[in-house]
Amino acid sequence: MASTIVTFELGDDREVEVMVRPMTTLQTVLRNQLGLTATKEGCRQGGCGSCAVLVDGEPMLSCLLPVEDVAGRRVTTLESLTPTEGLHPIQQAFIDGYAFQCGYCTPGMVIVAAALLDHDSAPSVDDIRWALAGNICRCTGYGPIVEAIGAAAETIGAGQVEEPR
Amino acid sequence: MNDPLNVVGRSVERSDGIGHVTGRTVFASDHVVPGMLHLKMVRSPLHHARIRGIDTSDAERVPGFVRALTAADVPHNRYTILGLIGVEPEEEFVLAEERVRFKGEAMVAIVAETEEAAYEAVAKVHLDLEELPAVFDVEEALKPGAPVVTHWGNNTFMYEGHPCRRVRLGDVEAAFARADHIVEGVYDTSPIEHAPTETTGCIAVPEANGRYTVYTNTQALYFSLDNTSIILQVPGNQLHFVGGTVGGGFGGKVDVIVEPIATLAAMKTNRPVRYVYSRAEEMQVSSTRSAWRIYLKDGVTADGHIIARKVTSYADSGAYSRQTPYALTKHAANAAGPYAIPNVSIDAYCVYTNRQPTSAMRGFGVTMASFALEVQMDKIAELVGLDPWTIRFLNAYHDGDMKPHRKLAEDATLIETMQAAAALVGHDLAPDLKAMTSAPRGRRGEESGRP
Repeated sequence: MASTIVTFELGDDREVEVMVRPMTTLQTVLRNQLGLTATKEGCRQGGCGSCAVLVDGEPMLSCLLPVEDVAGRRVTTLESLTPTEGLHPIQQAFIDGYAFQCGYCTPGMVIVAAALLDHDSAPSVDDIRWALAGNICRCTGYGPIVEAIGAAAETIGAGQVEEPR
Repeated sequence: MNDPLNVVGRSVERSDGIGHVTGRTVFASDHVVPGMLHLKMVRSPLHHARIRGIDTSDAERVPGFVRALTAADVPHNRYTILGLIGVEPEEEFVLAEERVRFKGEAMVAIVAETEEAAYEAVAKVHLDLEELPAVFDVEEALKPGAPVVTHWGNNTFMYEGHPCRRVRLGDVEAAFARADHIVEGVYDTSPIEHAPTETTGCIAVPEANGRYTVYTNTQALYFSLDNTSIILQVPGNQLHFVGGTVGGGFGGKVDVIVEPIATLAAMKTNRPVRYVYSRAEEMQVSSTRSAWRIYLKDGVTADGHIIARKVTSYADSGAYSRQTPYALTKHAANAAGPYAIPNVSIDAYCVYTNRQPTSAMRGFGVTMASFALEVQMDKIAELVGLDPWTIRFLNAYHDGDMKPHRKLAEDATLIETMQAAAALVGHDLAPDLKAMTSAPRGRRGEESGRP
């Protein structure tokens, strides 16, 4: 089948146009065509959450998402979530709380946490755990990850840092 | 106080932290190289089979097909990872020749312009296999008439001419005869897949200067480089391995599996080649922790002293041994536990079966011994009417005790560790246990300068 041209918004201020064969995943486009490798590939079957991105603010698994499905929509990757200067409060909280070991699951964790805090500025521990239910960390660092997201919520809630979007 | 080198008691930010939280850390498979080819593997669909023929003609007609590699293309196809430290014999094949010994064994490497083309060509390689009887249990594999997995005729790794790693101290049979109780147990553990979030993989890139840059997520960069040098019969200085960033390893990325064949493919095509395991390959093909079966027989006095321990252990190495022979040696040195037992006999077998090969994983060899031994200790405690703490304090080794492999215990800390653990869990130890130290027997702690 012939390739098609798909356009979507990347972050807040960039429109991208890609030519893809049918059923090419958003993950493949981000990593192999656009060179945006913060979006990881742990399983390519929707099992690990390391490829999570936001589509119109909602967390989605880019490994299962045909790029045609995001045509005209806004895709937020970890690259576009990261401020030009400094770090997002969630990123800072992960560093402060040592919420990673190998770092491979971290991009997906931060993305999912960003969506959670966007919807709920003061989530309970259970809310955080529920939000992370689709993200696997094999270094078994869930405890510090949950704590870091809670700490980030407090930082944002206290107005110490304006959440950059 | 401002000494930057004095970090004890202070939190220090991780140097890789910003890279990890922003996704700027570059993992091996994050390298996107122009003109990159993709390697996918044709794998054995059978547990054990003789290879009668391999036909790649249909695969070669797939649009995007570039090259197929078989055993004949690999300069030094039979190797053993631990050959670098003198372990013999060479026993594993980069690509299968004559026989396949486990389901999933690598047979034909297909290199193509796209992943899709590589997968399609893999599906079109025709294998002519004669299925052979297979064996999946360590003790079945040691019986006369069992299917032979190895190329040397029996199913054990040979330790200096012996089918097992042996440790002997004192006379266990004499001690069993005078013991008040004999406590026996058999303990089985399962294979465990490390399942790192980042699958095993590498990208091999031919450079203008004739060298090959290999971006890899190996946990053992020089192990991988040196084995690749041997397998490809090229000097090490033609290979430039770039690594150190591992998306989860846990011992699962110390085997040298993807780099030699990816580098060979780069040499044969003069193109960059990417070979990254799928999740299914990571689970079903990459090494796991071995399954173990451990038989224990202990001679115990009425007051709870273990006077004899006999251990017979079988590790299921799978079809190839990789780092498992080393695990057995480590196991044999630890299989009596951190206890002072005057009579010990240990036979530890590294057994070949037709299962997925096994290798390193966190404490391999020792972890499984600890599982068996500590369950056994609880059984003994119950039998002689002591609580689980007391039985361990009573038998714990002290500095200066002789270990089964004829090394004196030094810096023994089991007693102090158990005291600290008891305090942490709020368990009030009896005064005599609280007062114990690991100081050499017959002397008080203060005399030896220990707390």
